[in-house]
Amino acid sequence: MTLTAPPAARPAASGPDLTRAALSGRRRFTNHLATSAIWFAVLLAVIPLALVTYTVIAKGGGVMSLSFLNEDIPNSYRREGGGMGPAIVGTLLITGMAALMAIPLGVFGAIYLNEYGKQRPLARVIRLMSDVMTGVPSIVMGLFIYISWVLLVGEQTGFAGALALACLMLPVVIRSSEEMLRLVPDELRQASMALGARKWKTTLTVVLPAAISGITSGSLLAVARAAGETAPIIIVTGIVFSPNWNLFDGSNTALPAQIFRNASQPFEAAQDRAWGAALTLIVIVLGFTIIARFISSRFAIKER
Amino acid sequence: MTLTNNPPATKPTLTQRGSSALGDRIFSWWTLGTGLLVLAILGLILITTVREAWPAFDAMGLRFITERVWDPNPATGDAIFGALSFAYGTAVSSLIALLFAVPVSVGIALFLTELAPRRLRGPAVTVIDLLAAVPSVVFGLWGILVVAPALVPIYQWMHDVFGGIPLLGRLFGPVGSGRNFMTAGLILAIMVTPIITSITREVFSTVPRADKDAALALGATRWEMIRGAVFPHSFGGVVGAVMLGLGRAMGETIAVALVIGGATNITANLFSPGNSMAAVIVQQFGESTGTFTAALIGLGVVLFAMTVLINVLAQVVVRRAEARMKGSVA
Repeated sequence: MTLTAPPAARPAASGPDLTRAALSGRRRFTNHLATSAIWFAVLLAVIPLALVTYTVIAKGGGVMSLSFLNEDIPNSYRREGGGMGPAIVGTLLITGMAALMAIPLGVFGAIYLNEYGKQRPLARVIRLMSDVMTGVPSIVMGLFIYISWVLLVGEQTGFAGALALACLMLPVVIRSSEEMLRLVPDELRQASMALGARKWKTTLTVVLPAAISGITSGSLLAVARAAGETAPIIIVTGIVFSPNWNLFDGSNTALPAQIFRNASQPFEAAQDRAWGAALTLIVIVLGFTIIARFISSRFAIKER
Repeated sequence: MTLTNNPPATKPTLTQRGSSALGDRIFSWWTLGTGLLVLAILGLILITTVREAWPAFDAMGLRFITERVWDPNPATGDAIFGALSFAYGTAVSSLIALLFAVPVSVGIALFLTELAPRRLRGPAVTVIDLLAAVPSVVFGLWGILVVAPALVPIYQWMHDVFGGIPLLGRLFGPVGSGRNFMTAGLILAIMVTPIITSITREVFSTVPRADKDAALALGATRWEMIRGAVFPHSFGGVVGAVMLGLGRAMGETIAVALVIGGATNITANLFSPGNSMAAVIVQQFGESTGTFTAALIGLGVVLFAMTVLINVLAQVVVRRAEARMKGSVA
């Protein structure tokens, strides 16, 4: 049998050398070069993130205090002190109102796409157009709301800002919710239908609850994105220097708009306020993002 | 035993009619209505903005896009609204952004799909997610107050070294404040990297395992495997991802408005201030009236048309690539 053959008899010299050393120098060099280039690309993405985070924390932390979060915005960029209270109020109210409008509509739109439209031509068009709408520049959405709401009502209001943000959030909510509805197993729908539930009842009481964690986290990410939108706020909400709690009456302001206005000023006081506002905004946005990640990792539907 | 002994007195009706069926119909109409809202909003954007911009289109005609002068308040004569300089600024800053962002994004996507040890994959994804989460105005603030001043010496050095070369040197002209096309392009590059990365990564991850294994089994190095198996498979998808990034870069307003310098200018010099269409709107909208406002909205119309066109094309390309991918896996 072959088992008895001594190891020394193996023809070592004639077999192909499969070790790495057999590769030609050029091929090994190219491979190393490509690998280092890929690592370098990752490094290039980390550097700006680290620098932005560091600068915002360092400069924003310097002006951060309870009074900064509370006090009114000085009506002259030159003046020292003051705070971002009105902008924080505006950001929370406007974003909240936008979420109240966009999330229910977006979820129902997703229900249409996944439960009714499926692969019909109309549903495919809506799906494509939602993706396209995600790419519509926020400034264009601002112009749209300015023309169709601000000119109609006759004044810039916080609600106009909420409308613009809602339009920006809508396609994001639709597409992320649809993805989540798609993950709900069909057996759940069939079981509910077999028990005699109508389709609307099945959808609202079985399918939606099963997907609710994913929908919530997707919507929160959309809210986080919207909270940082600047251009539409500048165009449709105007500006105030003391808090305006009424979205429907009078101008309003928000953190991103304040960052923009203060950043382009040559005065150090204004720039300090911009950094402080940036830190506040990032904390708010990151807060939403982290909550969203937590919900999606903790309560996600397990893919089978 | 008699199976047919006790027939139920009244058969349960399994088809309910009446209010519940109506509820079903109302519900399906309602969801359809919300779905149609997307189409309605896109349609309304087009109609209302075109109507509102009409005075400017009417006054300027085709010169609105071929004229490089933008003078809303001339000392004498009629105001001139030509978008060419701003279209140029949009194009140059977006192209610079892609020039830097595409190689980096493809690199990160390759890192995530082919190279990363499992321990590093999570943190790398988090970095990309966080980059996407930072609001654009914060990048703008960082750009105008930190990056632009810091880059001036580097720009100056590049001008000294490359400025003398004929033709190529014109790209590296005299340096001003650091707020210029180049800085805008760099900031945009940071902002579009997460988008291009996430789509490219999805495309790369659909490359069939068998193809990659086959390449490696034939003795290919990892790089040769990537070139021979991953790239040809995902070319279409990567093109789509780049186009989506381009659409985002063109529409980005605030960061560009802060760092591009704000000058109506067509020049080859990358170190010279300029302006982009989106940035002009947000800078000048507050102080505009009448035809001036109409002209700014007109810029919005052009921007809307261009981004929708690019996005539709990109989505079609990505979808087609994905469909082909699924076909080849099956």
